[in-house]
Amino acid sequence: MKITTSPAQSKEVLKDASMLKQKEMMAKHYDRLTNAEPNDNKVASTFVPGNLNELIMCFDLVNNLPEVNAIQSGLRRKSGAYVMEAEKAGHSEDVCTYVKSDIGMMAKGNIGPNGKKLPNPDVLLLSYTGCFTFMKWFELLREQYNCETIFLQTPYMADGKITPNMIQYMVKQLKEDVIPKLERVSGVKFDIDRLREYLKKSAEAEDDLVYILQSAKNKPSPIDAYFGGIYYIGPIFGAFRGTDDAIEYYRFLREEVDERLAAGLGPVTPDGPMGKEKYRLVVEGPPNYTNFRQFWKMFYEEGAVVVASSYTKVGGTYDFGFRHDPDRPIETLAEYCLGVYTNRSLPMRVEMLSNYVNDYQADGLLVNSIKSCNSFSAGQLLIMREVEKRTGKPAAFIETDLVDPRYFSAANVKNRLESYFQMVEQKRSGVKKEVAA
Amino acid sequence: MKTFVGIDLGSTTTKAVLMDEDERVLGRGITNSRSNYDTACRVASQEAAIDARFALFRREFGAEQGDDAQIEEFLAGLERAFRLEQFLEQLNDLECTCIEQVTGERFTEVAGGVKQALAEVFRRLREEAPAMFAPGASRKSDFFRDIAGSRYLAVAEEVARDAGLAYELLLNVYDKSIIAVENRPPSGELGEKFKRALERVVSEGGGLKGELQQPVERALDIELEETYLVGTGYGRVTLPFSKEHIRSEILCHGLGAHMMYPKTRTVLDIGGQDTKGIQVDANGIVENFQMNDRCAAGCGRYLGYIADEMNMGLHELGPLAMKSGKPARINSTCTVFAGAELRDRLALGERREDILAGLHRAIILRAMSIISRSGGIEDEFTFTGGVAKNEAAVRELKKLVHENYGEVTININPDSIYTGALGGAEFARRAAEDRLEGVEA
Repeated sequence: MKITTSPAQSKEVLKDASMLKQKEMMAKHYDRLTNAEPNDNKVASTFVPGNLNELIMCFDLVNNLPEVNAIQSGLRRKSGAYVMEAEKAGHSEDVCTYVKSDIGMMAKGNIGPNGKKLPNPDVLLLSYTGCFTFMKWFELLREQYNCETIFLQTPYMADGKITPNMIQYMVKQLKEDVIPKLERVSGVKFDIDRLREYLKKSAEAEDDLVYILQSAKNKPSPIDAYFGGIYYIGPIFGAFRGTDDAIEYYRFLREEVDERLAAGLGPVTPDGPMGKEKYRLVVEGPPNYTNFRQFWKMFYEEGAVVVASSYTKVGGTYDFGFRHDPDRPIETLAEYCLGVYTNRSLPMRVEMLSNYVNDYQADGLLVNSIKSCNSFSAGQLLIMREVEKRTGKPAAFIETDLVDPRYFSAANVKNRLESYFQMVEQKRSGVKKEVAA
Repeated sequence: MKTFVGIDLGSTTTKAVLMDEDERVLGRGITNSRSNYDTACRVASQEAAIDARFALFRREFGAEQGDDAQIEEFLAGLERAFRLEQFLEQLNDLECTCIEQVTGERFTEVAGGVKQALAEVFRRLREEAPAMFAPGASRKSDFFRDIAGSRYLAVAEEVARDAGLAYELLLNVYDKSIIAVENRPPSGELGEKFKRALERVVSEGGGLKGELQQPVERALDIELEETYLVGTGYGRVTLPFSKEHIRSEILCHGLGAHMMYPKTRTVLDIGGQDTKGIQVDANGIVENFQMNDRCAAGCGRYLGYIADEMNMGLHELGPLAMKSGKPARINSTCTVFAGAELRDRLALGERREDILAGLHRAIILRAMSIISRSGGIEDEFTFTGGVAKNEAAVRELKKLVHENYGEVTININPDSIYTGALGGAEFARRAAEDRLEGVEA
């Protein structure tokens, strides 16, 4: 975009461009969803990890993502009541709070963020990528909606690599089961060239996303790759991968990042531009959404910026080179599903996080362990110790929850974070003195 | 003399440690945190400053080990006299504050009479004060409110009866004044009070005149300059400390434990509302930590609830549990459930000591889980916090450490409650040193 205003104003304009675009995209998306029935559009529900948006679009289906709905409820402070509603219906305290927020929202009329009722899905596309809860979640939805359910199984990356067999297995499922069923539900014939078109667009936006995420290798980092990163992954992890909207959004964002890089500026926070960068962290685990701003503030107030995170890879690990490939349209969908973070084995996660600490010159690893997320949390202490050992950098552990406000204790989290920052500081000055001596 | 202050504002008590340039502890002070950290901070610091004077006296006498009976007796007398001076000062403050309260409608008719009565009450309280601080006299508490309060109530009743006044009027002015006075620690110059105390000791004889007086005066002349202060603990954020004067309690406990036992590698701190497992390196720098999350199960407060539930004092729990030969098997460390668990078991006829021993074991089990999450126990292992004073908790800890980690040296310092404040004082000393060296603190 053209900048014609003075530098001070231009930053404002630039900051707004991507955010306004995203807001507009989200609003449009929810309107499409809530108008699906009157407009005679069919709806597919699916999950962020393994989200086959390009394929879904080939059948003119509107993509509904229950996880994103739960996040919206969390940010809008509605999830607490939804979670309790689900508990009333018999779901235990330990169940994933995304699930409970969704179930509770359905029980209370399934009203979306735009204040209108979300549609009933016509098909549940479960592309299974490592989180067992997803399977149970869709079993509940199937019972509720009694609609077609498609199960695409992604083999777990236990040995840390993708083999031709794995891809074959998935391609077979896609060709023989997933695509025919989607054709049947939607009444639209599958057109592989249409898929190629979308995939081409995906790859273009993916390039920009990777550029943006990797800009955090700079000092100071122009972005926060966790709190800011959550906004940045929104379109590409959601219903926009493969669209012109996504291409445009990431182009705006890239320009903004370039602008900040050139000016040597740090991330923009809800309270304005961040002060001096004092700590660079790698974060493992999802964030807390019910107290998102308060949580973020505990970081930026102390000058802590997140330079890399695993959570921004749950919908795809593009930074390791994967791009959707229009020349191998079905295989590329399989590869995409195989690569998402939730499908990665513990050793792969350790390796990835250790590399992040080194490549992004981070001060250490912070684990945000989610009370109700077994998929992410299992093995996190081990991951922490191992990354610590490999990088020689201090690590720390905090505990919150996704969208259950009862599991966010601000004083406790702040206490641990401050201790961690001071620990990093202490280690640094210890090293400084050793060097001086 | 340069001094460095560490203050640990805990949820239950506030502790202060005063340190000199050679990393030696000069004084320690402790007080209730109340709901007022500001006051708690001032009181604890002042107590530490008073304690420090006695350390300086001993230094002047060259009797730091406390092995000279004559000097120790003299210093004990001096401390009693000093406490008396402090008490008299606060009594004066209380009197003035009470008189200020004699206003408003209910006093219009009787103001003169009430003021006269107050003067009489305080005259008597001052008169009987020295006896309360005489050698061998026992006071049920060292807090002004407790000592002055009970005597005021007794004396005022007599005075009111004699003067034909309503006792309730004297109670009213007292109730309105005591909190203000309590939250206003004695403000008089400490040196002056020490001098008056010294005169009192000398005038009461003992034949210790010149030779002991001079070193005391020399020590009193040493000015204690507060070079740097570091605050830690839960109340730290409410204090008017700037950021560079605040350290997290995890770092302070790690460093404090290292100062007490330099070979410490693992620290367990069980405080009022949290339990921390901390790993430190050879320099006392924290390598890793874990603490309880959003739930104070198995912390000091748990024992507090148990004590209330059994109508016992907190300090009586440990000794009773020690009498158990067959601890009950209790797994829940939920503070809220503790009461129910206790009542159920009592109703089933289990012995109090066995239940208590089981409860102590339960909180240590919870602590062991936190320690293992922080990386386990490495030799040497230092146990700190209020619960480290509880012998039954210590017994269970020793057993479980031995079962899980084999032979490990377990350190428990009698001053372990000051661990966080000690770490804070050392951080203060280092910060000041770095500042002098021009390194960013």
